[in-house]
Amino acid sequence: MGAEFLFQGATIQRLLAGLGVTLRISLLSVGLSIPLGVLMGMLFMRRNPVLRAVLRVYLDFIRVMPQLVLLFLVFFGSATAFGLNFSGEVASVIVFTAWGAAELGDLVRAALESIPRSQYDSAFALGLTSRQTFLRVVLPQALRRLLPPSVNLVTRIIKTTSLCMLIGVVEVVRVGQQIIDFNRFDYPQSALWTYAVLALLYFVICWPLSLLSRWLEKRSSS
Amino acid sequence: MMQSIPSVLTLRDVHKSFDGNVVLDGIDLSIQSGEVVVLVGPSGCGKSTLLRCVIGLEEIDSGEILLDGEVVSGRQRSQEARSRMGMVFQSYDLFPNMSVLDNVTLAPTLVRGIGKAEAEERARALLARVGLADKADARPSTLSGGQQQRVAICRALAMDPEVLLLDEVTAALDPEMVHEVLQVVLELADDGLTMLIVTHEMSFARAIADRVIMLDGGQVVEEGGADFFEAPRTERAKAFLSTFEFHRSGSRVRA
Repeated sequence: MGAEFLFQGATIQRLLAGLGVTLRISLLSVGLSIPLGVLMGMLFMRRNPVLRAVLRVYLDFIRVMPQLVLLFLVFFGSATAFGLNFSGEVASVIVFTAWGAAELGDLVRAALESIPRSQYDSAFALGLTSRQTFLRVVLPQALRRLLPPSVNLVTRIIKTTSLCMLIGVVEVVRVGQQIIDFNRFDYPQSALWTYAVLALLYFVICWPLSLLSRWLEKRSSS
Repeated sequence: MMQSIPSVLTLRDVHKSFDGNVVLDGIDLSIQSGEVVVLVGPSGCGKSTLLRCVIGLEEIDSGEILLDGEVVSGRQRSQEARSRMGMVFQSYDLFPNMSVLDNVTLAPTLVRGIGKAEAEERARALLARVGLADKADARPSTLSGGQQQRVAICRALAMDPEVLLLDEVTAALDPEMVHEVLQVVLELADDGLTMLIVTHEMSFARAIADRVIMLDGGQVVEEGGADFFEAPRTERAKAFLSTFEFHRSGSRVRA
């Protein structure tokens, strides 16, 4: 079959270690994005026009930039401009946190804005304080709307970390390439098999998230 | 005789405008305990704004709003002062993230600090009173409009309001559900609840009102008892009431 190389030496272990790097970058970025994104979303709701404009520009900047350009900008740019030598992994976490926080901030803003004014009015008429209104009425409703797209964002972040190999991070796709290079002459089919395994690994990680997102969406619309 | 009873709610020369549009142009009003006052008038005459000002959802530009002789006026009124009035809205606005029972117990437990068990017992009694005892654990979204509006009334009543404000509570309902809601409101009136009601249901207004106040152009144009409907005194009131009647002018041409 030509796939024997997958079970020789430490191939599988190396792939799993690469997957560990992928997940480490993703989870760190997501973990940092959540508080920053929630903060951004709440700052959006302040209705301060200057603050809103600044956040808007930041969000649009992050959105229109290809993630790869952001990675190069942080990894090479900060080294040449400020003499900051980030490791590839740190640069990756910075970029994916900046991206995740921006996207999540916009999701939080949309979720909070989707709560009708009349919900605040009813709570006010019942005598609830604005804090009670936020915690007991607005936040639970906003979370329901926020969860499905947020889980989708996590899968997008995980998939996009494959770009990190271009700034020297040895994550799962990079490990795969190393394996292909190593086995090129003995196993001409190694590229096909290795990429198939990579696809399977991403599928195993992202598919449950995709199912979770769909389930949350169904639950929140009922 | 009326003067000897202290009024629960008093408005003194209340003015309110939105972006230069005068909506309330000097409203004086006082409601005695147990009295049911119905506000009528054409769309945009300021009825709903008046209710929103009374409960503090809108700031007033000038004048005073007093609850039990104590000035409460704007949005910044104390939580305690706010919780002494109740309001039911046209679109019910129940909290969709909680059960019917939790909708009713939320404010008593949070604002009044009543224990959960006691609040639930009271809530169940209120729900039973409006015929919804079996819906306590349901989500609001599974209820009909009329049922949701009855829950909204329970939610407001759970705070034992001194005055209940009803803002066109049947305007968003299908005709067959209007009656079940208004029947509940009529029973509240019989129990002596003080209410200020905005409605377009003239037969209901006639049945429930101790006093009718007609607003137009942000001012009180006529005030009277239930006889307002039979014998309006002002031309504007006559013209307004005539919009609820239909007369055929000619005979139908047969094909």
